[in-house]
Amino acid sequence: MTTKNPSEIKPDRKGWFKPYIAGTWQLYLMMLIPIIYIICFKYKPMLGIVMAFKKYTPFGGRSMWEMDWVGMQWFQEAFRDSLFWKSLVNTLVLNLGDLVFGFPFPIILAIFLNELRSNKVRKTTQLALYLPNFLSWVIISGITSQVFAASGLVNNIINALGGGTVPFLSNTVWWRFVYWIMGIWQSAGYSLIIYLAALMSNDPSLSEAAYIDGATRMQRIWHVTVPQIMPTISTLLIMQVGKVVSISFDRPYMMRNALVTDAAQVISTFVYDKGLKGGRFDYAAAVGLFQSVVGIVLILIANQGSKKMGQEGII
Amino acid sequence: MSQTAVKTAGPKMDNTSGSGVYNASEKRYQFFWSLFFILVSIIAIIPILRVISISLSSKDAIIKGEVFIWPVGLNTDAYSKALKTGNFMGTMGYSVVLMLASAAINMVMTILMAFPLARRNLRLGSVIMTFCVLTMYLNPGTIPTFLNVRDFGLINTVWALLVPGAMSVYNMIIMRTAFRAIDESLYEAARIEGCSEFRILWQIAVPLTVPTIATLALFYAVGRWNGIEDQIYYINSSSLYTVQMTLKQMIESIAISAEEGSTTQMTPENVKAASITLSMLPMLIVYPFVQRFFTQGIMLGAVKG
Repeated sequence: MTTKNPSEIKPDRKGWFKPYIAGTWQLYLMMLIPIIYIICFKYKPMLGIVMAFKKYTPFGGRSMWEMDWVGMQWFQEAFRDSLFWKSLVNTLVLNLGDLVFGFPFPIILAIFLNELRSNKVRKTTQLALYLPNFLSWVIISGITSQVFAASGLVNNIINALGGGTVPFLSNTVWWRFVYWIMGIWQSAGYSLIIYLAALMSNDPSLSEAAYIDGATRMQRIWHVTVPQIMPTISTLLIMQVGKVVSISFDRPYMMRNALVTDAAQVISTFVYDKGLKGGRFDYAAAVGLFQSVVGIVLILIANQGSKKMGQEGII
Repeated sequence: MSQTAVKTAGPKMDNTSGSGVYNASEKRYQFFWSLFFILVSIIAIIPILRVISISLSSKDAIIKGEVFIWPVGLNTDAYSKALKTGNFMGTMGYSVVLMLASAAINMVMTILMAFPLARRNLRLGSVIMTFCVLTMYLNPGTIPTFLNVRDFGLINTVWALLVPGAMSVYNMIIMRTAFRAIDESLYEAARIEGCSEFRILWQIAVPLTVPTIATLALFYAVGRWNGIEDQIYYINSSSLYTVQMTLKQMIESIAISAEEGSTTQMTPENVKAASITLSMLPMLIVYPFVQRFFTQGIMLGAVKG
């Protein structure tokens, strides 16, 4: 009797609440633990942002709220800190490199893979390229040193061909390329599958019509295939452009070494070094907040831009 | 080329044998690009082959630079040394247990949140949904998150690796989409029979969404298996380190004691490679079997509602 379908209940003002709750309280009960989790671990930490405006005192058992306000002091310090600017520039450089080298690569692969008839080759390529996606950055950094170190595979080959050893991991310029190459290695398979899925949903009759009209393969690819996956491309591009100031922690942290700090210190590792390792929670929180705010603004701009271009937004 | 094997999304009209359209230039094209992609695939796995062959090679061959992607002077000494360093097998077992626990917790939380939110008659549904989705864009940052975990007293406990990441809103939305595909009249029938919502979830909704649940559980498991960020932030006793962190320490400590290598039978490079291989092994073994779930999983996420 109590379990009456709430959708049948007429909103007769007087007594909708009781039968509605009778029909749905179990659903709300289910969500209780996840909601408590979200409040405690997603929303409550946001209060900690005040740390960016306070002076952190580790001793004396004072709570975050009792510490002294310092206003924008940490932000001013950050803007004067050359290491902060270096981290910001490195973040941008590494992310833009990912964008320039890493973004087009899986698209090109997917388009040509899609032209292939052999299912075996398609399956094998997907299997091989997707595998590195399941390796952690600890393992990848270990692999990187096996491949690019002075005694690594690439230098073995160069030496065998009579060339000199290239300082891939100790020269900042080379190191950046290694960072980007390993990024492509790790993530290309993932994007490849997304693009292949988008290509699968293309209408083959369009390509056939172009073929009958005498279009060459390249013309078909450029004028028929690419426009059809353009929404997928632009969505992924916007997402990546919007994230240009935010950078993951594990990848730069694991890939860096003492010789390339100049190129490898990024915002996320800077926050870790200053805050969690150096104990300057207040300053690191300010840097982190700066990054988050710029990040949100960029995502909003990117989203707006995509809507202007006639594409679906990402938010 | 047999007709049945042809199942591409590309132009299909020219594969009928005898029509003459599938001509010599097309054949050459297919051959060239197949070769190209096989080459790309080989290049993609060469780094992994390199590590494995170093781990199986003799010290002399490595120093002389004779090892490329096949082992030279086959021996397994590096493995016995890697296994002796620390408590490798114990760490492996702990990591597996942690991975399973994390996947289970995440999955239960995801399902409990997604199932009610998938219901169309839930009045507060859209409010709660917005409440969840907002967290995807508002990231408090490393330091506030750390302070929060510390306030809960989780630092240096195993709970720091299980609780703060107990649910992914992104995956929850995927789960919700899967639940949405179920016809709600099924629930109605069960409710008339006197089923509670929990029983409806367990006996109707969950069995109907097994493929999605399996996929998401695998994503959670791999995420925990590969995750190091939270261990670097929250854990500083090595007894709570997973395989990944133990490997990280091993790589770093071996780099420091590089001179010792010359006195013992093998180069540190050997042992390092063996440790990397051992840490990769579980993933390499499982990967071929679960790969299709992950491929499906990407599609689930990529199909934007």
